[in-house]
Amino acid sequence: MKKITEYFRYYLKTFFLWELFQGLKVTLRYFFKRKITVQFPEEMTPISPRFRGLLALRRYPNGEERCIACKLCEAVCPALAITIEAEPREDGSRRTTRYDIDMFKCINCGFCEESCPVDSIVVAPIQHYHMENRGENIMTKEKLLAIGDLMEERLYADREADAPYR
Amino acid sequence: MVTIEIDGKKIETESGKMIIEVADAHNIPIPRFCYHKKLSIAANCRMCLVEVEKSRKPLPACATPVADGMKVFTQSQQAIISQKAVMEFLLINHPLDCPICDQGGECELQDVSMGYGPDISRYTEEKRVVDDENLGSLISTDMTRCIQCTRCVRFGEEVAGFRELGATDRGENMQIGTYVKSGMRSEISGNIIDLCPVGALTSKPYRFTARAWELTQANSIAPHDCLGSHIYLHTRRQEVMRVVPKENEALNETWLSDRDRYSYAGLNHDRVDVPLINNNGIWQETDWSTALNTIVEKLRLVIEKSGAEQIAALASPSSTVEEFYLLQKLMRGLGSHNIDHRLKQCDFSDQTHASIYPHIDFPYADLENKEAILLIGSNIHSEQPLAAVRLRKAVLRGASAWVINPVDYDMHFPVKKSDITTALVEHTAKIAKALLEDKPADIPAGAEALLTTIHVDSGAKEIAHALKKANKAVVILGAIAEQHPQAATLRALAHTIGHLSGARIVIFTEGANSAGAWLAGAIPHREAAGKSVAKFGLTARESLEAKLKAYILFGIEPELDCANPHLALEALKNADFVVVMSAYKNKEMTKYADIILPITPFTETSGTFVNLSGIWQSFQGCVPPFSEARPGWKVLRVLGNFFDLPDFEYASSEQVSDELKALTETINLAKGYSWYFPKSLKESSHSLQRIAEWPIYRIDSLVRRSEPLQRSATLEPLGVRMNGKTAENLQLKANDMALVQQNDNEVNLPVIIDARIPDNVVGVAAGYAETAHLGDTFSEIIVKKA
Repeated sequence: MKKITEYFRYYLKTFFLWELFQGLKVTLRYFFKRKITVQFPEEMTPISPRFRGLLALRRYPNGEERCIACKLCEAVCPALAITIEAEPREDGSRRTTRYDIDMFKCINCGFCEESCPVDSIVVAPIQHYHMENRGENIMTKEKLLAIGDLMEERLYADREADAPYR
Repeated sequence: MVTIEIDGKKIETESGKMIIEVADAHNIPIPRFCYHKKLSIAANCRMCLVEVEKSRKPLPACATPVADGMKVFTQSQQAIISQKAVMEFLLINHPLDCPICDQGGECELQDVSMGYGPDISRYTEEKRVVDDENLGSLISTDMTRCIQCTRCVRFGEEVAGFRELGATDRGENMQIGTYVKSGMRSEISGNIIDLCPVGALTSKPYRFTARAWELTQANSIAPHDCLGSHIYLHTRRQEVMRVVPKENEALNETWLSDRDRYSYAGLNHDRVDVPLINNNGIWQETDWSTALNTIVEKLRLVIEKSGAEQIAALASPSSTVEEFYLLQKLMRGLGSHNIDHRLKQCDFSDQTHASIYPHIDFPYADLENKEAILLIGSNIHSEQPLAAVRLRKAVLRGASAWVINPVDYDMHFPVKKSDITTALVEHTAKIAKALLEDKPADIPAGAEALLTTIHVDSGAKEIAHALKKANKAVVILGAIAEQHPQAATLRALAHTIGHLSGARIVIFTEGANSAGAWLAGAIPHREAAGKSVAKFGLTARESLEAKLKAYILFGIEPELDCANPHLALEALKNADFVVVMSAYKNKEMTKYADIILPITPFTETSGTFVNLSGIWQSFQGCVPPFSEARPGWKVLRVLGNFFDLPDFEYASSEQVSDELKALTETINLAKGYSWYFPKSLKESSHSLQRIAEWPIYRIDSLVRRSEPLQRSATLEPLGVRMNGKTAENLQLKANDMALVQQNDNEVNLPVIIDARIPDNVVGVAAGYAETAHLGDTFSEIIVKKA
């Protein structure tokens, strides 16, 4: 008996194009909704404070670079993208003389930020970047610090926003 | 024997041992900071507390001797609680900034705190801050990190014999530091870096440059003394970052001399990168085949015109066995026996009587069990820093030591009596004579006749009798004796003393591989494996005196490495053709050389050193050759091919050493010294005598380029050293500039008043560019006011 009713329902649904109209219902709903087209590149979608894009090196508010050349990021990097060389600076403090990140190797996993004891290396909310020439994939210490300087306010705000969940 | 139980494991062990020793032997981990197996027990860190059954309180495992039936628990609740408590106390004053500490990643405190430390610090009060000490160019300090384990203090007192570090104040205010503000002067000071369980004492040249986890470890052999200490080369991105000791109880124990530890800093200074050719006074870079073809062409010309005897090869005594073997094979293939490595020596008259190769016939480690020690012409701490540690151990165990030296060197251990004299031969002869007077049965022929004029005094008698009475006695000839103008006489007398008293003879040879040089045939009177030569070649000294037409220099800087640098430079500048194979270049080299070929130092080549015990120690290169440089054995092999010499097809350095080893197996290596006695004991005496030794960090091209060693306080400043009386006679005062004259060559050097030097003797060191134009190391010298 049950088998016959099943068969009958299936036959009716096929005949009246039931599933087609079910789908068109979504279309109809969005037909009257407010449009969300973003005019890229003039406009951007908002991104999460946790977004992992290009990297940056931060400074302390007094202008001193944060990085202390502990090399934990270099050790944790799963793609071996970071290369650090260090030596004592004139004032005797431990500083890097070279801090290179190969963006071709970098997989934006953010482990470097997590390992950093002084919040120096951070993954910045920059998603669109490109290289035009060979060699530009190497982000040197100067470039990374420049990004940090440029983005400091945003970087600080993002970290504040995410702090309760860390 | 007692039976104890550690963590339920039954262990049978000798009584009198400490719990921690037994646990270490059975791989049971007990955390510790102050305990070190080579140092005395201090028991002041309390980290090794363990629970012992029937003991009311936990006991320190390092200071609790085992007793029969003892039950020890290293992981029980009581043990863990006490260890955690100690850890928390230690971390109160220790900074918690591991990321900026150079010890991070290889720190005992960091490791132990991972296991026993709390997650967070409960301590919120002020932390202690301690001023840093300046310990010189080798060791950097971070005294705030110190946990007062006193390992470094104990090392200085017990092992080095140099009380440079000490603890002042007590309790929380206890600080480690030098009493007087000065750099460390101990020759083995670098060991406190390895001993320090925290980052308070770290290596200065290595400071902040690398992390332990990025380094690749390679085994190697230290290339500066005939001990052949085992070392680890730590490399990163094909660069040697540091050198640390590899434990070897038979040789270097857990220690390493500063010379072996820090010489790496000179590896990449002044390197020759491509073959260089002198084109009518202009130095041009060239390729290997042009350079080698030119050498073949020029040397063939010399052979055609003047004969192969006009070519001589001088090799560094720190070359590898393979290099020595191929160099002598090349020279002998060309028809010349003029090959030598004994650059710093000047007396070769007993060379045919010498044993197959210089070595000791007892285990080196047995040096510390000797009961009587006679040191002749040896600044042992500077020449063989680690052998000096063994001797110090022997003396502390009750051995008596006597010294016959031209300068009153600080021995860092109690010496019964030191004879400070330039008449080394006479004073040594007195001891031999004293032994002869006892009418022994077996007197070497010629000894009596030689010693007839010698009058024995009570001092010599005392030494002679002590050497005879002791079960284990040793006579040590150092570098000063080896470089002495009457070195052969000194060796003869030392062997006489050894023969008559039963003492063993130790000759500390120059460089890392003198023994290898003798075996490989880098000597003019014997081929490889001691095969004698019909017509002897010229020794290093003779070949320079003979002013030959062509020279091949292998790994040396003759003006800094030869007994008579002036003579060497004259000979080389007069020569028609000079080939230099060297890893390093200097200004002087460009004046006499015609071709400079870049070879590699020990880190970039495979090779073998034979140490003073006769042990063949092979090592592999751990970094690729610098630029166009090639390993010395490869260069010599290809040069052999270019000359179309037979049997020069070697694919690896092992093939070369295997070939030599097979040769040495066919002969009796133990064949010893055969008696040689000179005609008289006459010693050259001068109104003003120069004593020149190679200072500790000036002995070879590599250490001379290690900048931290050059700035070290161990290296005494260059100057004319004399005692106050001599200075008065010469009308000189301290810090005056003095005009020093030898063989019509003059240099201006500051006067240094040095009370260790006897009257009418001046010490002017060799191995410096400043003294490279002076003459013989032990001869007449004129010193005037400049």
